[in-house]
Amino acid sequence: MSEFKIVGKPIPRDDAWAKVTGELKYADDFSLPGMLYAKVLRSKYPAAKIISINTAKAEKLNGVRAVLTAKDVPHNETVTRFGQSSEVGKGFEGLYRVLADKKVRFMGEAVALVAADTEEIAEKALDLIEVNYETLPGVFDPVEAMKPGAYLVGENNSNIIGQFGCSQGDIIKGFAEADIIIEDTYKVPFVDHAYLETEGGIAWIDDYGVINIRVGSQVIEHFRDVADVLGLSHNKVRYIGTMMGGGFGGKEDITVEAYLALLTWKTKKPVRLFYTREESILCHSKRHPFVMKYKVGAKKDGKLVALNAELISDAGAYPYLSPWVNLYATVNAAGPYCIPNVKVRTYCVLTNNTFTSANRGFGAPQPNVVYESLMDELAHKLNISPLEIRRRNCLTTGKSLSTTGQVFKTYVALPEVAEKAWEALGELAKCEDKNRKVGRGLAIGLMSYGRMTFLHDSSRCYVRLESDGSVLIRSGIPDLGGGQVSLLCQIVAEELGIPMSKIKIYYSDTALTPLAGTTTATRQTYMSGNATLKAARKIRKRIISKAAELLNVNPDKLDIIEEKVIVKYNQSQYLPLVEVIKACNTAGIELFCEVQFNAPFTIVPDLSNIRGMTFPDFTFGAQAVEVAVDTETGQVEILKLITCYDVGKAINPLSVEGQMEGGSIYGMGYALMEEVIIEKGITMTPSFSEYIIPTAADVPDVKAILVESGGGLGPYGAKGIGEPACSIIAPAILNAIYDAIGVRIKNLPATPEKIIRALKKEYFEK
Amino acid sequence: MEEYKIDLTVNGEKISTTAKAEESLLKFLRRNGFTEVKCGCEKGECGTCTVILNEKAVKSCITLALQANHKEVWTVKGMEKFELGRKLQKSFVNYGAIQCGFCTPGMIITAKNYLDQNPIPNREEIKKAISGNLCRCTGYKKIVDAIYAVAVENQRSK
Repeated sequence: MSEFKIVGKPIPRDDAWAKVTGELKYADDFSLPGMLYAKVLRSKYPAAKIISINTAKAEKLNGVRAVLTAKDVPHNETVTRFGQSSEVGKGFEGLYRVLADKKVRFMGEAVALVAADTEEIAEKALDLIEVNYETLPGVFDPVEAMKPGAYLVGENNSNIIGQFGCSQGDIIKGFAEADIIIEDTYKVPFVDHAYLETEGGIAWIDDYGVINIRVGSQVIEHFRDVADVLGLSHNKVRYIGTMMGGGFGGKEDITVEAYLALLTWKTKKPVRLFYTREESILCHSKRHPFVMKYKVGAKKDGKLVALNAELISDAGAYPYLSPWVNLYATVNAAGPYCIPNVKVRTYCVLTNNTFTSANRGFGAPQPNVVYESLMDELAHKLNISPLEIRRRNCLTTGKSLSTTGQVFKTYVALPEVAEKAWEALGELAKCEDKNRKVGRGLAIGLMSYGRMTFLHDSSRCYVRLESDGSVLIRSGIPDLGGGQVSLLCQIVAEELGIPMSKIKIYYSDTALTPLAGTTTATRQTYMSGNATLKAARKIRKRIISKAAELLNVNPDKLDIIEEKVIVKYNQSQYLPLVEVIKACNTAGIELFCEVQFNAPFTIVPDLSNIRGMTFPDFTFGAQAVEVAVDTETGQVEILKLITCYDVGKAINPLSVEGQMEGGSIYGMGYALMEEVIIEKGITMTPSFSEYIIPTAADVPDVKAILVESGGGLGPYGAKGIGEPACSIIAPAILNAIYDAIGVRIKNLPATPEKIIRALKKEYFEK
Repeated sequence: MEEYKIDLTVNGEKISTTAKAEESLLKFLRRNGFTEVKCGCEKGECGTCTVILNEKAVKSCITLALQANHKEVWTVKGMEKFELGRKLQKSFVNYGAIQCGFCTPGMIITAKNYLDQNPIPNREEIKKAISGNLCRCTGYKKIVDAIYAVAVENQRSK
């Protein structure tokens, strides 16, 4: 195709007007006549035996329509899945338990469900359910939980639910060759997704006896899991996905759906369930805390020779996606560097804390904090600039990942992105106040886009060209706010030469739209973008071929621009698109199609030594920041924040910049303020006054620099950006803090208290 | 809970109905079909439920419905009745200031109310003005861009 007409242009998104006018109906903006209100009774203790549950009083309360406990759930115990249809084996499938049975594993675990005529009655009924607990000691630290004889969280004889490893070369030999060795342990905390829309939905049984669940979910393929819980065939449960008020991985596991399905199945009435903010923070998944023990060795010139990493993650009380997250962490543990001798061991451990699962970055941001801090330390100790040490070690095209050996066949934009980000900082800010110290930090990284290749991922899309020249798209794509849906419209508009306004898209419905897979793993631009492109091009080819016949020219000479099939280089010669459509319809040519796009497929790797391809491709980026640290208060102000990524091709630059800016601030919260504090299993930060996320007053104007190499596997050479965008900002900030005040924070978040304490320690040690 | 008679206008339309004594303005509005007012925390912490109550931006989750008796309420759906409201909506669309859109109704209300009182702020002033409205998606850059563009337009037409 010649020049782009709509692709690459910063155009308003398809959903933008419905959002600014308040017309868009999210999950909670919908109701049905006779709807019941559901509430969940949650465990008061992080570890306890359930001796008995008495629901008699609650059931007798006027207006209560159902009270359910584990014994009422047809299949209370199944396995955690996230939409995969291929076999992945035991290493990844953990226990999914709908309601607590015999034993509770974390505070906030669902014990019973109530549906009632009003929310107030449902709440009152919760108070009337009598649960007799016998508290158990529990275990709250993954390192403790790994030890022999530790309290057992689940029913197995070990709390370790996953072990992963990879290695290359010989680390003993590698460290022997090193001129300098640094060893350190870093810790990162629980993080909440803090989307503004909490989890929720409405379910009902339709005229065909199918359970419909209208819900904000990143994984509508959970319809299968919900059907399994009820013992129904998969086609008896339908998900209708709404536009989400944010997702970030927190709406990737089942949240309310199984509860809704059970209650609507039991009562035969529509049921609504929405979590309060406190409930959301208490009981939905968190980002994994990790304890990360690293040892790196380098030569005097800064060249890395060996890396040894031991990562221990807190899976919380149930596995959910922990094994997968830990695999990501393992693969990412050596960062974007060429290191001849590497050994990584990762342990994923159950505790009686809130369970952890997917959170934007999916295991990549945690090790990134360590290796990028250590690179900075090496640079300072060897007196090499932060940029230069990265230049000397970073991966380039044709090289392979130091953990798994996966070879980079597409363009590796390192060190280009690092140079651009570092340069863009410009002049160092001057500071008059002697207590405000200014410093700079850099971090580079890589992160996969697309799911692990052994999941055999695919996406489907249906496109139909109507007789009036309008288009209908059907795609199962969920939209968590990133503009996933609009992107598909833009691709079709480009290929069929029509304006966005002539496209209507139906999305995220397991009964009506072809399954497009999950909105996770930064996969939708790549996967559903390619599926949509494939469908649109099939129709485009049919239109062009018919027009060529009518105009009596070679099809190569034709293009579709502004609803006309034109002869290139002679634009006065054309046919209106609708005329060609008419001719196709008359000739019985199909102007619709459903296609499937498949990612590359590999087999499940040996998890103790993961080698070869595990991801389709990676996105490379760099972030540079300048901070001012107040040495009297410990307050860190970000003065400049540069984010530079090779996005392959920015299909909608506004959306890509939006991911890069938003991802930076998501990561800034991780670096400086966010922590779900869980003390002995009790969540101490259950609201936005305790769990602090960045406000507009805290943030710099993020400067996004887009590199467009065209080297991605997505449509038009695009790469994924959603998760990569947030994965390296935290170490860039930590490095800038070190540059400013000479102390290194090794335990996120870098709060003012920690900075002051570290400064005092530094002062007394000197 | 006892119900009381309440008369108010929402987006210029008169409403005469009842409200419970302890009912928040947020719950009252959503119950009466104004679902464009979003619920994010019900504690006054996130700002997503912001509405204008007699020319003042308030968090409707920590305002009682009965406090709106005989008063004027404006939600994002009423913004098209104001030139400034329309300008802000257009600017949010054009600058890509919207991602998931859940904070957008509250954000536009706060911006409109602020620009009504302070038509030509700088970027730092805008950041402070919207700091009670959380957004998890955008990093605020494009939201500030969108509001600032309207402020610049205000200055030009002055």
